[in-house]
Amino acid sequence: VNADLRRERAAATFQPELLTHILDGGAERTRRRKEIEALVINDPDFQHEDLNFLSRSQRYEQAIRKSSLMVMKLREYGIADPEEIYWFKSFVHRGRPEPLDLHLGMFLPTLLTQATPEQQDRFFMPAWNLEIIGTYAQTEMGHGTHLRGLETTATYDPATQEFILNSPTVTSIKWWPGGLGKTSNHAIVLAQLYTQGQCKGLHAFIVPIRQLGTHEPLPGITVGDIGPKFGYDEMDNGYLKMDNFRIPRENMLMKYAQVEPDGTYVKPLSDKLTYGTMVFIRSLIVGDSARSLSRACTIAIRYSAVRHQSELKPGEPEPQILDYQTQQYKLFPLLATAYAFHFVGAYIKDTYHRISGDISEGDLSELPELHALTAGLKAFTSWTANAGIEECRMACGGHGYSRCSGIPDIYVTFTPSCTYEGENTVMMLQTARFLVKSYTQVSSGQQVTGMVSYLNDLARQRIQPQHVAAKSATVRINDPASLVEAYKARAARLVEAAAKNLQAELNHRKSKEDAWNRTSVDLVRASEAHCHYVIVKLFAAKLSDISDAAVRAVMTELCLLYALYGISKNAGDFLQAGILTDAQVTQVNQRVKELLAVIRPNAVALVDSFDFHDIHLGSVLGRYDGNVYENMFEWAKKSPLNKTEVHESFHKHLKPMQAKL
Amino acid sequence: SVNPDLASERQTPSFSVEKLTAWLDGGAEHTRIRRAVVEAIDRDPVFSRENQYFQSQNERYEAAVRKSVHLQKKMHEMGWTENGPEFKYIYRALSGDIAFLLHRIFMRSISMLGSDKQIAKWIPLASQYQLIGSYAQTELGHGTYLQGLETTAVFDIATQEFILNTPKISAMKWWPGDMGRSATHTVVFAQLYVHGKCYGVHPFIVQIRSLQDHSLCPGISAGDIGPKMNFEHVDNGYLMLQNVRIPRENMLNKFCEVQPDGTYVRRGSQKINYFTMTTVRISLMSDEVITPLMKACTIAIRYSVVRRQSKLEPGEQEAKILDYQTQQEKLLPQLAAAYAFHSINNYLEELFDKGYREIQRRNFDTLPELHAFSSGFKALITQHCTAAVEICLRACGGHGYSSLSGLPSLYTKILASCIYEGENTILLLQTARFLIKCFMAASAGQSVPPSVTYLAAVKPGKCPAKNKLDFLRPDIYTEAYQHMAVRLVSSTAAKLQNLIQSGVKKHEAWNRCTVQLAQAAKAHCHYITVKNFAETVEKLETKAGIQKIMKHLCDLFALHGIFSNAGDFLHDGYISGAQMDMVTASYLDLLPVIRKDAVPLVDAFDFTDKTLNSALGSYDGQVYQRLYEWAQKSPTNKQMSPAYERYLKPLLHNTLSKL
Repeated sequence: VNADLRRERAAATFQPELLTHILDGGAERTRRRKEIEALVINDPDFQHEDLNFLSRSQRYEQAIRKSSLMVMKLREYGIADPEEIYWFKSFVHRGRPEPLDLHLGMFLPTLLTQATPEQQDRFFMPAWNLEIIGTYAQTEMGHGTHLRGLETTATYDPATQEFILNSPTVTSIKWWPGGLGKTSNHAIVLAQLYTQGQCKGLHAFIVPIRQLGTHEPLPGITVGDIGPKFGYDEMDNGYLKMDNFRIPRENMLMKYAQVEPDGTYVKPLSDKLTYGTMVFIRSLIVGDSARSLSRACTIAIRYSAVRHQSELKPGEPEPQILDYQTQQYKLFPLLATAYAFHFVGAYIKDTYHRISGDISEGDLSELPELHALTAGLKAFTSWTANAGIEECRMACGGHGYSRCSGIPDIYVTFTPSCTYEGENTVMMLQTARFLVKSYTQVSSGQQVTGMVSYLNDLARQRIQPQHVAAKSATVRINDPASLVEAYKARAARLVEAAAKNLQAELNHRKSKEDAWNRTSVDLVRASEAHCHYVIVKLFAAKLSDISDAAVRAVMTELCLLYALYGISKNAGDFLQAGILTDAQVTQVNQRVKELLAVIRPNAVALVDSFDFHDIHLGSVLGRYDGNVYENMFEWAKKSPLNKTEVHESFHKHLKPMQAKL
Repeated sequence: SVNPDLASERQTPSFSVEKLTAWLDGGAEHTRIRRAVVEAIDRDPVFSRENQYFQSQNERYEAAVRKSVHLQKKMHEMGWTENGPEFKYIYRALSGDIAFLLHRIFMRSISMLGSDKQIAKWIPLASQYQLIGSYAQTELGHGTYLQGLETTAVFDIATQEFILNTPKISAMKWWPGDMGRSATHTVVFAQLYVHGKCYGVHPFIVQIRSLQDHSLCPGISAGDIGPKMNFEHVDNGYLMLQNVRIPRENMLNKFCEVQPDGTYVRRGSQKINYFTMTTVRISLMSDEVITPLMKACTIAIRYSVVRRQSKLEPGEQEAKILDYQTQQEKLLPQLAAAYAFHSINNYLEELFDKGYREIQRRNFDTLPELHAFSSGFKALITQHCTAAVEICLRACGGHGYSSLSGLPSLYTKILASCIYEGENTILLLQTARFLIKCFMAASAGQSVPPSVTYLAAVKPGKCPAKNKLDFLRPDIYTEAYQHMAVRLVSSTAAKLQNLIQSGVKKHEAWNRCTVQLAQAAKAHCHYITVKNFAETVEKLETKAGIQKIMKHLCDLFALHGIFSNAGDFLHDGYISGAQMDMVTASYLDLLPVIRKDAVPLVDAFDFTDKTLNSALGSYDGQVYQRLYEWAQKSPTNKQMSPAYERYLKPLLHNTLSKL
């Protein structure tokens, strides 16, 4: 191990394993995770050449090869717990997407939740055994987050008892579904249902798209790959165009809504349950934000401990770049953010599991708030992580730009999460809708509960207006609980401002939608402030759960850094609302820099605690042993351009040119 | 035919698009020349970028070499010369997708750092491509901090040669473009040793490949450094030197020379060695940073009027996404920034031309100011434009993520500009050093360069704005920026002094203030950008509606900066909370105003479809049709993937489920 990293690890004030256990949810979970990791990493079947040197087709092929083996081995090892499957899969594919993701993550679960028992008999076992490989085709070329705008049609023909599927326009071509281009032979297609001359809205249909046996597209089906993307090289995101393609009536997923043989439409009972799935998927994205940012931090911080550059003290050797205040200021707030998001992800998951327990007993009262909250948190965490990964890459200078750093891959794999499962701005506005609704309730004298209960205080403040200076004097910048209060005050102020601006617009304009649109920048800010408050609150609450004193001390420092850095970056909000004075903001700025120095000795241990295996990390700069430069050289030698010593371009182009000039 | 949603946007522009294009080009005559160059290149199939998004690294590299070679022929055919007015448009027309860019840096460094004799020897060879040059400065372990380079050049009096070595792995040259596969020669920066004494970093011309068969010269190991986020067409390389001997005459010696007896002679200022880098920084801004942002804006804004999503009014058809306030708030400030940076860049180019003439006359007085300008603005502009391109990318939702949108490649290319030619944080700190020095000098009543005289004229007080319309007055917002810059510079200077007076060592005090110093440098450059934009708008002719729309953009650029950095302006109460609400109101009011002209404003950038190479951004707005057609061309759709026969078939045929 590189001497710098050895020294860093020796100087840590806490045991990284203990922190790892907290992140995993207990020592036993850590042990099991590592056991599964070893199963994959020691398996020669899952070894392959560095993907950076392969073409897209080759990467797809590798991914398919590994996915097939993965399915086989999961069954061989009897791994069935969803979280354990997730670990296994992410070790096999090293955190990248794979062509069976939609089959395993959407096609099978949708069959389970939306198919009738008869349909399950027909489709589930073949799909489980991968005779049927399916995907989930929702997004169209012209339509994304706004589902009602989808154009694909499924028209019921009672004469033959079939649905006729059509893509009536170019914009209605299904576009983007993973695994659709080359892998799947079936798709669950979302289409506008027409029966008896009436449109009944969106429904899901099981559509065979390729011939079993030859894998050729069926007549009436045009299917293919949508071409190269920023990332997702392993994934055959596809397009699907249907021309009068007929499927039997029994292929509509009919557990809820139904079309009877004569074409009579039977309405579903409730659609609230679909909230549950959305909440679950968004909680996964929050967790993914935390993990992706953690990986980027691990790489950037280890590399910054190994890289020496320039001089701090005249005459002394070049210092580790992690000793520069500017470098610490770039990286440590992100490290704190990664921890904060881990705890938020765990909170949503736990709350979801608790509420889903209630769902079976019929108590859905908490679901709307959780749904509204997770929309905003999905957007907040994915935006922050997206920017944070880029900052980590940038903090690695030129070498961060090389594919060998691994950060470009983390970024391009992660960044679509700002768009999929609900475009982030739209998500923020969903949360805002809930906040405005809660504010309106409070204004009309009702009490609200849960994470928005701080809005109740607004009503009280109007009765007893507090003096601004008195309010700000109460903020104690070294006390997480007090900082939670400051964030709460900021959220309350911004929600109130947005709600009032909305009301003012409503007084001026005719339509609600127009007023909403003209206030949407304010509304997004209000949502962001609310989410920020929730995150600081959850991070601060987590501290008391930590039993080991040394770990709790370092987590408290990170929590303070997270909260104070957020204040420093959004000082305008806190100043304008009179939550903090100029002098306090100056103190906050100063305290942030002090905390950087306090955290510095533990920085490497704090990323070691994330416990990413080198193979999973996929980075030459972030190697656990820190032997960066030798390995960069070894890596570069394998580059495709280096396959021959004299590149063919020399003979084809350069030499003839030199002869002519 | 043009998509009606896009056509309707062009019906009633508030200004003459053609006149604005001419202004951007610096005159209608330039527009004419530029269009002629672009047309000639667009029509030549060798320069086509049609399949670019589907090519491998090897194919991209070969295409770049092929294009570069073809370009020599083309230039001859068209009568374009390196000194002609057409030359600067060639690169733009090719979108930089061409090899041998470092060859030009090689030639430039010889012209600037070489003696007349060296210029006479090397430049003709290089211009005739009898050799291909590169520029090898950065090492595996060393970047921006030049003094830390570890490559050595030891003078051997006996043979009158320099012996070059890479003493350890971290000293390997790493990153230089054109060096991995193409270059035959390179300028190597190495620590010069004579009689055991180190004289610091100097440039040496080193041959690395045979001129006959292109094989590596003895003692040289060189190759490609492997895949990167972009620049697949460039063979960024590594270079290891083992006892490579070069003649004494190969050290570039306009300013420093080792004489035959080993005497080291210095002529003029050593600083001049860095002037190459300083000018390169500014010369890159237009093509590598501002033009990509203009392209990204063109793509995102055109797409945003073609894309319809969700409803603004019940019962109406789905709305254009550009009609959403949130979408306007993402894109329009980036559009304003493109114009603001175009304006400041014109100013900087003039300043540097003037400075260059002074330096030719051996007058180095303006060097510190020019250096501070080039560092600070390089950092500000690259950082801002990189973030802006990413915003454009994400504002296009899922389709922005497709390579066919053109946005991923624009982004991955522009973001390298934050690192090359000096890492941004380090550059900001260089500017900060200049600012602190000038601030101290100004406080002591000494004279300071013109760009920083404002630091001396500290006027306490409050922003005089009374209503939101006041914030549309350039004097009001320029003053606010100035106040903020002065406050950040002066408070950091005070903190620095306090630390030093309390006994903290100077270098340690500096490190403890670097976060604030970088902020102060950014504030200074931001202020100058706003001031320059406002002054430029002031001077524009009022005809054809151009001044009016540019004034809106200038206001938006300035207010967006205040809105997004509210804390900095509120901090000492210069702007009050109530005034900040006025800023926000004025800022948001501008969005729908500029929205009306958004498409004409990007049309004025005048990119051809071939230059944009985007399925989302074409002039005709046939977005979906084009996306569908281009996807068909993907190799993944043309070739049968072996994955089916090898893996999918057994999988589907149930061989696995038996387990």
